[in-house]
Amino acid sequence: MSKRQPPGGQAPVVQRIRIRYTKRGPLRFTSHRDFARAVERAIHRANVPIAFSQGFTPHPKISFSSAAPTGVASEAEYLEIGLRERVDPELLRLALDSALSPGLDVVEAVEAVTTDSLADRITASRWRLELPGVTSDSLAAAVDKFLGHDEVLVERLTKQGRRTFDARAAVVALTAVEPPYGSMGAPCAILDLVVRQVTPSVRPDDVLSGLRVVADLEPSAPARVTRVVQGTLTAQGEIVDPLLKDRDQAAIG
Amino acid sequence: MRGESVFPQLEQLLPLVAKPIQYVGGELGATVKPWDSVAVRWALMYPDAYEVGLPNQGVQILYEVLNERPDTLAERTYSVWPDLEKLMRERAVPQFTVDSHRALGDFDLFGVSFATELGYTNLLTALDLAGIPLMAAARGDDHPLVIAGGHAAFNPEPIADFIDAAVLGDGEEAVLEITDIVAAWRAAGSPGGRDELLLRLAKTESIYVPRFYDVDYLPDGRIQRVVPNRADVPFRVHKRTTMDLDAWPYPKKPLVPLAETVHERFAVEIFRGCTRGCRFCQAGMITRPVRERSITTVGEMVKQGLEFSGFHEVGLLSLSSADHSEIGDMCKGLADQYAGTNVSLSLPSTRVDAFNIDLAQELSRNGRRTGLTFAPEGGSERIRKVINKMVSEEDLIRTVVTAYSNGWRQVKLYFMCGLPTETDEDVLQIARLAHEVIRNGRAATGSREVRCTVSIGGFVPKPHTPFQWAAMDRPEVIDHRLRLLKQAINADKSLGKAIGMRYHDGEPSLIEGLLARGDRRVGAVIHEVWKQGGRFDGWSEHFSYRRWIDACEKALPAFGLDIDWYTTRERELAEVLPWDHLDSGLDKDWLWKDWQDALTEYEQDDCRWTPCFDCGVCPSMDTEIQIGPTGHKLLPLTPVSGLKVGG
Repeated sequence: MSKRQPPGGQAPVVQRIRIRYTKRGPLRFTSHRDFARAVERAIHRANVPIAFSQGFTPHPKISFSSAAPTGVASEAEYLEIGLRERVDPELLRLALDSALSPGLDVVEAVEAVTTDSLADRITASRWRLELPGVTSDSLAAAVDKFLGHDEVLVERLTKQGRRTFDARAAVVALTAVEPPYGSMGAPCAILDLVVRQVTPSVRPDDVLSGLRVVADLEPSAPARVTRVVQGTLTAQGEIVDPLLKDRDQAAIG
Repeated sequence: MRGESVFPQLEQLLPLVAKPIQYVGGELGATVKPWDSVAVRWALMYPDAYEVGLPNQGVQILYEVLNERPDTLAERTYSVWPDLEKLMRERAVPQFTVDSHRALGDFDLFGVSFATELGYTNLLTALDLAGIPLMAAARGDDHPLVIAGGHAAFNPEPIADFIDAAVLGDGEEAVLEITDIVAAWRAAGSPGGRDELLLRLAKTESIYVPRFYDVDYLPDGRIQRVVPNRADVPFRVHKRTTMDLDAWPYPKKPLVPLAETVHERFAVEIFRGCTRGCRFCQAGMITRPVRERSITTVGEMVKQGLEFSGFHEVGLLSLSSADHSEIGDMCKGLADQYAGTNVSLSLPSTRVDAFNIDLAQELSRNGRRTGLTFAPEGGSERIRKVINKMVSEEDLIRTVVTAYSNGWRQVKLYFMCGLPTETDEDVLQIARLAHEVIRNGRAATGSREVRCTVSIGGFVPKPHTPFQWAAMDRPEVIDHRLRLLKQAINADKSLGKAIGMRYHDGEPSLIEGLLARGDRRVGAVIHEVWKQGGRFDGWSEHFSYRRWIDACEKALPAFGLDIDWYTTRERELAEVLPWDHLDSGLDKDWLWKDWQDALTEYEQDDCRWTPCFDCGVCPSMDTEIQIGPTGHKLLPLTPVSGLKVGG
């Protein structure tokens, strides 16, 4: 019996599509691994002409940009897929969206016409944190204290054990937002946060740990966190839509 | 308000627990209906963690069959892990369904599917978290009816105190009939309350309501008799058999979870029942007769299931899939259809013959080669005659060597330990077999890369089998034999290096044995174990043998009994067994004769290919063997192209 050869001849990639999707409501508890599996199935189910890698175990051409932590909602997650046949991006968006559970919504699909990678264009995120049981005044005070430090050391339990790192330097902006008028019952302060992508990454819960360290700020229930925007951080502190360049190029072409 | 979602409360807890996605629902294929749009509401449970329970075929089938009825809704609930259980108790969040996060206590019916007896403590957790009294006798008209099903329900006596009813056998028609009965009783203004409803169910003669039966005991602890305590219920309750599987092509819309589960595939049952007659196999005894699904229905289900789910793998399931009368055409047809599509096919392979390898070859055409498993079950020729697993040593070695010669480098051999009449020598034969397999495999392939894994499970005598009278071996005996086996495998260093050995120690099997053949008095043990923290007993990291032994020592002396009496004691023909009033169709005299045949190492043929041997099932259940060949072939699919928008 001769050694088996990997089946060759997988069709080449003829089109790349960049996609923005959400994790909303209860489905914010989807982990990245879970989502990756769901996307593979959705692609299959929607009959998307996905391209595969070569080799013994061909893998579908899907690449994900950094995912929001499990339990954090997001309006701006990104992935890119390689196709073996050309499709209309809007049709693809509709097909994938209907093949995924409601809450995992495919909101934008743009053909990649530029060569730089999506990951390179994502350098910062804007997050919104709802903090149950925290008043706006106490939040504003905590934010002032946090921003007054050059360094705020926090701890996080990682697979390698307990790690200490700085949660301050990566924070570009931190603002206590007035809760919308008429929010009822118990206080619930809202925090607007812009964080630069660094290694090790600083996540919203690390900033919350920082607020606990500097000001003893402690929500009465777990914070509800949403990633609002992801993209390229400008010198002015703005975040630019990472699909903008592809969209512009496509419009010109 | 009944039927209200508890998600807002649950949501607070989810960031604090492991793998929260398992509690969220949102699967493709899930059905959510407005509470007030229906007359009858079912909660279905597989009493294990979501990752194990979600893929369960039985629950998926009943879920879909029930939800197809406009007047009915069915939602699912699974066991919550101890981390969430603790938080739910602290914050008073009740056991919930994953579909709409409704409180379990709000439903009319609570159906629990027991594939194994080790799920009993998880039933108690769910009831307690739901605020439903553990004891059926303490429940009122507002509590759900708790109904057990699944293979363990063929002897539900150990949980008789905790359930309101049990259904034996196939569930798809049973749940519809129960729904009709509940709807009619409700429409009539719920006359007579809970008792009247249970009586209506009992009168069907196929739903067992333990409270309507009294058990009398002899002074020595054995059962004297089990009799109805009212005139209008039957003396014996009969199992259900769904005939014509082509008329029940479920699941049509398989549940596709977001969370990772133990089986990530679309599974199609290609037949139900098995008449191979392995004497240890409860499934093979209680699911008779064989009923095949036709090749064309299987093909249609695979096509629809894959399109619906987006799964990449199809499993062709049954108790012995290679025995389907058209399995060859089925595998070839499916392999043709999905050639070059990245869909892989799998067949649980247990038959020990060359045909099985032909099938495996066919299925691995797409380039993916999964492991091959053969199940000789017994190490010696003699013990294989006792258990009626008709495989000769020559066959086994030839089959495995053929697999090696066809490119497989790794095979798994499955055996049992603790079988009736077993001696150390029978178990040591496993080592010799494994050595022969490797020696011959090396010779045939000229390669030293061939490997085999010997996997050993503990034998547990089960109700409604010829071994229902057998004595179990004590865990020390099992553990001793496994040690001897390990030494024997490694006695030859060169061969031993190519052989892996996997086994479980004997203790969990003894407890499974207690629960499998227990009577109502064992309920006190289950209750005590649960009170002492017993949860997830099917998981070695949660199972505590000590806890079960302590509970036995606390609860059983009141009856003058101990765990040995239930497990290591051989029964006599005259003894009334706890499940004698529950009719699986098998004739008790035939079972006894088959038990005697086992002791004299006399084999029994398969009635699909030889004349009927009068096990009793077909005449008493009014059923018949349904097998092909139909002569139909699977035609290649027309390739679908273009994006598919919408389900």
